[in-house]
Amino acid sequence: MTNTAEKPKEIMFAQACNMALAKAMADDPKVILLGEDIADEQGGGVFKVTLGLSEKFGTDRVRSTPISEQAIVGAAVGSAMVGYKPVAEIMLMNFITVAMDQIVNHAAKLRFMSGGQTTVPLTIRTTTGAGTGLGGQHSDMLEAWLAHVPGLKVVAASNPADAYGLLYSSIMDPNPVIFIENTPGYFVKGPAPAPDHTVPLGKASVPREGTDITLIGYGSSISRCHGAADNLAKDGISCEIVDLRTIAPFDEETVLKSVAKTKAAVVVHEAVRNFGVGAEISSRIHEELFSELKAPVGRVGSGYAPVPFSPTIEKAWMFNQDDVEREVHKILG
Amino acid sequence: MANTEMADKDVLVDIFTRADLIMQSDIKFRQMIGAGQLQIVYYPVRGQEVVASAMMAAVNKEDYLVTIYRGLHDQLAKGIPSKELWAEFAGKMAGTCKGKGGPMHITHPETGVMVTTGIVGSGIPIANGLALASQLDKDGKVTVCCFGDGATNIGAFHEGLNMAQVWKLPVIFLCQNNLYSEHTPMAFATSSASIKQRGEGLGMRSVQVNGNDASAMYAAAKEAVEYARAGHGPTLIEAMTFRFHGHLLGDTGHYIPKAEMEQAKKDDPMPILRQQLLDLQVSEADIAEIEAKNAAIIEEASQFALDAPYPPGDEYRIDVLDVEIAA
Repeated sequence: MTNTAEKPKEIMFAQACNMALAKAMADDPKVILLGEDIADEQGGGVFKVTLGLSEKFGTDRVRSTPISEQAIVGAAVGSAMVGYKPVAEIMLMNFITVAMDQIVNHAAKLRFMSGGQTTVPLTIRTTTGAGTGLGGQHSDMLEAWLAHVPGLKVVAASNPADAYGLLYSSIMDPNPVIFIENTPGYFVKGPAPAPDHTVPLGKASVPREGTDITLIGYGSSISRCHGAADNLAKDGISCEIVDLRTIAPFDEETVLKSVAKTKAAVVVHEAVRNFGVGAEISSRIHEELFSELKAPVGRVGSGYAPVPFSPTIEKAWMFNQDDVEREVHKILG
Repeated sequence: MANTEMADKDVLVDIFTRADLIMQSDIKFRQMIGAGQLQIVYYPVRGQEVVASAMMAAVNKEDYLVTIYRGLHDQLAKGIPSKELWAEFAGKMAGTCKGKGGPMHITHPETGVMVTTGIVGSGIPIANGLALASQLDKDGKVTVCCFGDGATNIGAFHEGLNMAQVWKLPVIFLCQNNLYSEHTPMAFATSSASIKQRGEGLGMRSVQVNGNDASAMYAAAKEAVEYARAGHGPTLIEAMTFRFHGHLLGDTGHYIPKAEMEQAKKDDPMPILRQQLLDLQVSEADIAEIEAKNAAIIEEASQFALDAPYPPGDEYRIDVLDVEIAA
């Protein structure tokens, strides 16, 4: 990240993450970063998200690690238990599978299994996202696996300002947090946050108000929801958008309030539709608002297959704006 | 294995005091489970008392311990209070973890018992994190990480030891080699002739010691602790030992050759250590007093565990996150 004399009005998502890390490290000397190639000497991270931080805070606090995901997360778990606020970077989300034992059996459970004697205030930053030909492993969306684990928080931002506020909140949160970044979205620009901008965990936002249907999403799905809402408006359909921001535990109050108003909803995510986060949210809406709904809650997600490589198959497999519009028309008849 | 001189009398008395508490606790647990007073899965520690006691005699209360499901000996040797430990084994509210952890997840930060895990090898990466914090804080603490020979066949061992060595972390990896991973003998499933070799392969200071010899084990432990505190980095100690009651209570040990078991019983570390104390002119009366005190501790702790109330059911909503989960 280059420093310019003038404060930029717009920044990229990756820059926002860098700024949040820098602010957290400046505010609290117990914030440390661990990950593959994250120090400047190794390039400041494969997507440059940590660039400049080791120069500013030293390699004791910004530590490049071996390619050892279990050891990276384990070191974060252990140091978190005794006063540190470690931020472990798992370069790509599919690598999280290698560290699932540390995340699920330890980070998530130690507070409970110790009867509250030990806590694990770590953050795991990880990136993923399809649409650019990364193939079957490097673009998996695995948030539903993690959201199912009691004791973990799961966060995904849809724009740079939220990324800044949410990442800072994740680092300062007393619970283990998985912070999911979107690889193709790293270079998308958005309004720059003020340095003191905060976004609490567990609170959804309503970036667009509407009256006919609620589109519920997070991360990479929000831009598709906006695009769909713009097109649907031309057909006279007024969409409200709820950006969950925190996937688990999700903000039921905001979701239910919105759907109680519009009486229709579609949950939209990039992850495979089957057994996805959308199933849980849809189910909660049905449990609370069934008799008031105009139609059953819809779900939009990607197909039941690994992420394909060839652009034609990847495009066919991946959720898109058209799917959202089609689903809305289906629901509203 | 290096020959070592006999440790000081006071040190051996200390080790014996811890080891006897462990031995008597193990016997009592097996009795109570057998009598139906406790319904738990229990991983006996009889035979491994001296390894743990000599190791923990070489560290301080403030130093950290990460151990595994067969961890009763490590926890008691580290100084965890018996009453809270027993109550946790019994699933009671007065237990170390309010009954939410149980025997497999004993935790007591006050005595440095930070993690007890049921996942083989998983404690190793976490021990690194505790040691990393000590290194950054320069607090002089060391972390002792206990595991068995079987754990050296899982990836976390190799990742963890490599990272500890690269970062020169103040951690002691104590492999209590009881020659069996569950029911599988070491030679069947472990490619190297020793665990020490694996540490050496990772560039780590590695020693093999007769863990059942209190003096030798203590010397190895003390050296590793001093090495770590001086900032030189980790040590892998392969402590040779044996478990007399198999993998878990009820295990008949059918897979252990008779001659091997008979030899192991002849090498039982407890009578050997007791005799060493007598040889050093510790009186029979003094030893009997230690044993009686331990028996009294266990009697009180086990009764306390039986009498203590269970946690209320609603307790499951607490300690999942920092805030209570709604009913």
